[in-house]
Amino acid sequence: MNAIMSRWIDDSRLMGIVFLAPATLYIVLLVGLPFVTALLFSVSTATVGDASFNYVGLRNFANVWQTPAFRDALVNTFSFTVVAQICTIILANILAQLLTTPLPQRRSGRIGMWIARMLLILPWATPLSLSVVGWLWMFDSKYSPIDYIFRELALLGPGTVWGPANNLIWLGKPLLAKASIIFVHVWRMTPLATVILMAGLSSIPTDLLDQAEVDGSRYFRTLFQVKLPLIMPIMLISLLFGFIFTFGDLTVVYILTRGGPITHTLTLPMYSFLVGIDGGNLAQGAAVSLFIFPVLLLVAVVLLRTASRAEIR
Amino acid sequence: MATLTATPTPAGGPRLLRVLRGTLYTTAVLFFCLLAASPFLVMGVVTFQTDQDLYRRGASPFDYEDMPTLEHLDNLFNDTRYLSFVRNSTVTGIAVVVVTLVLSLPAAWALARLTGRWGERAGMLMFIVYLVPPTLLFIPLFRIIVQLGLRDNLLSLILVYPSISVPFSTWLLMGFFKSIPPELEEAALVDGFTRYEAFWRVVLPLARPGIISVVVFTFTLTLHEFIYSLVFISASEVRTLSTGVPTELIRGDVFFWQPLLASALLVAIPVGLVYNLFLDRLVQGFTLGAVKG
Repeated sequence: MNAIMSRWIDDSRLMGIVFLAPATLYIVLLVGLPFVTALLFSVSTATVGDASFNYVGLRNFANVWQTPAFRDALVNTFSFTVVAQICTIILANILAQLLTTPLPQRRSGRIGMWIARMLLILPWATPLSLSVVGWLWMFDSKYSPIDYIFRELALLGPGTVWGPANNLIWLGKPLLAKASIIFVHVWRMTPLATVILMAGLSSIPTDLLDQAEVDGSRYFRTLFQVKLPLIMPIMLISLLFGFIFTFGDLTVVYILTRGGPITHTLTLPMYSFLVGIDGGNLAQGAAVSLFIFPVLLLVAVVLLRTASRAEIR
Repeated sequence: MATLTATPTPAGGPRLLRVLRGTLYTTAVLFFCLLAASPFLVMGVVTFQTDQDLYRRGASPFDYEDMPTLEHLDNLFNDTRYLSFVRNSTVTGIAVVVVTLVLSLPAAWALARLTGRWGERAGMLMFIVYLVPPTLLFIPLFRIIVQLGLRDNLLSLILVYPSISVPFSTWLLMGFFKSIPPELEEAALVDGFTRYEAFWRVVLPLARPGIISVVVFTFTLTLHEFIYSLVFISASEVRTLSTGVPTELIRGDVFFWQPLLASALLVAIPVGLVYNLFLDRLVQGFTLGAVKG
């Protein structure tokens, strides 16, 4: 009896089921169920006060689609994400190259590198809502430290290129506000992208690089023809991360501009929050945020497919 | 030798070129450091500035004209709920890390041992679940939390945060478990261990770098998370750092800049230190989890 019991317990298939069940159950209850509820909300008239179910078909989506604010949010979400990803991946590649460069084994060099690493990691380590509060001060309409530097460089102020005003008012002008938000996204995503790229670079077999060196390949040739193609899969994964975080992010816009001036920096998550929570219209809020999902799904599938294909070659 | 080339400059080679490269390298690294750390440097200055100094128009924001003061730090610790935000965030973070490990370690092992198409699909599925953004789920989850009576309760966050961390952690750990040869487990079975013991004694110790990555990732996630915390919790004594600081220290249009910026800096420095200590492990984690996963 005991032997049968222990064989049962030791059965690897049973163990697989036992091991997989809790996580699966949890995901079904806390991701699957709310996801279905969001779908139901989006085809109903649910509000915060009354969540009774009245089926209205795709009317919420049609209403949302016709709102100019939604169109702005859609365009902004895409342009912010794409521009931010391009900037991030370029900066992260440069930074990863710099940080994987072999350094002199002097003590001062190592301490310096440690401090540099610490400073470079800070944007990623700090809770985003707190560091964005820091940027809110950096972009302040009167006391912005950035404006101060520009004034000292004689770029801003009466009789200068960007004058005569003493302040740029970063978050008050459409184009500058957009640029500020993209900048903060790049600032915050670059450390993670760099770490992921460094992981990729460190996994390149050294004999490949030695071989390239023996063959007389110079730095840039090795970089573009050996290193970059080899880390392409992991670079795509880093792009995917950046895309997800930026596309679904509420924090940066919520704290910096709340979508303003007017709707010039409105994004889909921000609009969904304004409609669904501030406005109490759960149905339309859910409809707005549902636009996010197919995009992320598509990007994820395409990037992951490309990544796994690049790996085989 | 601080060269930018893969080919080392021969000894006694053009010295000027070497110095030039070294300077270029240092300048580039310094530039990135300054860009990354600029808000934190400003935070460090502002924390100790008097109101007069801070709001003196045209004066340098990087400098003190009045004597630096500790008044605002004192204010932050004694007159605001900052310390309770820190406590709430820490408690939530630790609890979520534990829940995440308990759920994702066994799941990742099970998925890693499912060979062939099935395992691959399951991994992909985990990643897609991770893509479901909080912005999509906070509306229905809010209702669930209200119905469970967990509003203004840290348990709401402890319950919901693993929905982001478990899929990602499982996906990352799968890579680690795949890199551990099944023969090691078989050997443990031959030695008289049960499968569960083999998992506990042989597999888990080998996956330690992966587990550390998951711990750091999950803890950060709970520190960073903003939407759920903003929507589920409105009582200020239960707030976490990410929402407590912006809501408690900004009242309407009144910004308490010094305590605000000080509170951000005080979180950034310890977390930055921990990250720096674990960076190599994290890099290793991503290599195994993401590259080979």
